[in-house]
Amino acid sequence: MGSRVNVLRCAVVASGFLLVEGLAHIGMIPRVMMIPPSEMTVALVRLLVSGTMNAHIALTLRNIGIALSSAIVLGFAAGATVHSLPRLRSILDPFFASYYSIPIFVFYPLFIVIFGMNSIPLIIMGFLSAVVAMIINTLNGLDRVPRVFRKTTRVFQMNRFRTVCFVILPAAAAHIFTGVKLAVANAFIGVIAAEFILSGGGLGYQISFAYFAFDNKNMYALIALTLALVTVINLTLFAWEKRLLTRMGRR
Amino acid sequence: MENAHVVLRNVSRIYPGGAKQPPVHALGPLDLQLSAGEFFSVVGPSGCGKSTLLEVIAGLAPASEGTITFEGAPVEDSVPTGVGVVFQEDASFPWLTVEDNIAFGLRRMGVEKQEVRRRVEYAVDFMGLNEFAHAYPAQLSGGMRQRVCIARTLVMQPRLILLDEPFGALDQQTRLLMGDELLRLWRETGATVLLITHALDEAAMLADRVGVMSARPGRFIETVPTGWPRERDSRIVARPEFGTVTGRLWSLLREESIKALHRGK
Repeated sequence: MGSRVNVLRCAVVASGFLLVEGLAHIGMIPRVMMIPPSEMTVALVRLLVSGTMNAHIALTLRNIGIALSSAIVLGFAAGATVHSLPRLRSILDPFFASYYSIPIFVFYPLFIVIFGMNSIPLIIMGFLSAVVAMIINTLNGLDRVPRVFRKTTRVFQMNRFRTVCFVILPAAAAHIFTGVKLAVANAFIGVIAAEFILSGGGLGYQISFAYFAFDNKNMYALIALTLALVTVINLTLFAWEKRLLTRMGRR
Repeated sequence: MENAHVVLRNVSRIYPGGAKQPPVHALGPLDLQLSAGEFFSVVGPSGCGKSTLLEVIAGLAPASEGTITFEGAPVEDSVPTGVGVVFQEDASFPWLTVEDNIAFGLRRMGVEKQEVRRRVEYAVDFMGLNEFAHAYPAQLSGGMRQRVCIARTLVMQPRLILLDEPFGALDQQTRLLMGDELLRLWRETGATVLLITHALDEAAMLADRVGVMSARPGRFIETVPTGWPRERDSRIVARPEFGTVTGRLWSLLREESIKALHRGK
């Protein structure tokens, strides 16, 4: 059943790929608008082999890495702290719930004014895009730890630290992992989108540069690279999550 | 009572009220003495404070008044060593295998690896979980998961086992069979057992004595001795005396259950 679904999924992607390929070749999609996917792939390989984009790719991945890891660590810590303080939570809950309705990109120019045109505003944008997903999912995970688990730890005379390490964290792991998954996607969006707006380097900057220079080959190659990176990371996380949920009996 | 293992004197539990809610007098005042190696069941109407009684005895919740002693030492705000608790809810940890679940408490207490393995193997065998030792709780039925929780308590070699409606979520046949296993465990360990249950037949089949509680605030109306021999199992339900015991329990409980029902409306 599972393998059949996977085959069908691949078939859907391949069909889309072939359709665009065919439409581009017969001229229904003009080349100035889009090049065929096969040419994108060739352009991407050439770009990677030439190494001209390596510094930009590394810069983007580094910024995403810093934004993401700080969002995960601080988001988890903030979630755990807020969870232990119910009064603070009742004050903050509406802010968390409405956070993603605020277009945080409006603050990007402000961060550039404060920190200059360097990696810091980009990292802040990635961090701000990711951190609240982590906080919300940490809260969800901790809310869902059954009370009976906490009672069980008291029967085993476990102290607070051991209770957290051996019971609370594993019990909340599936939800916390969902937070990590969302944080990854949001950090990518935050950093690359900010690079698009104003930046001196990175994948987003290069895609934007190629767009304004009518350099379709490089633009689509870099878009394909971004999609490939996000897809590989998401598939890896999805596989881990599936394993975790299967073990927990939730899938 | 000589060789009293657990003693409750004048124990009551009052849940403090909130800004707009009055305090709730959940339990007592009540007295209870359990002798070492006794199997004692508690029955009572819904909401009478049975689970509160268990939590107070276990040290999971403080008594508002009165004293509780286990083996002569006062029970206050922590679970004393030698006390095991099996809860009504599934408390098996879904991220651990059956074996790791059973070994959980032993490992946290730093018991030597070989001793952990020996006790876990015994408990797995005793509870009939051999085939599922490496399975995760999600792969087991509700009854099997409860067996895992009982095994996890068993390996700690408790001298007092407190069970809060452990078979509440199981079907009648499984409950009877689990009752047999519980009786076997009780005989082999020699532990004192206190079982909270809402099922009169379960209480009557398993216990040496059954404490019948009133509607909230729960107090003991009467303690009914069953008179069963120590060697017994679920076949006891076919004996005429079994009907007499359950009949007696129901006659004591009926009025209290009606009171609780009307209060709940």
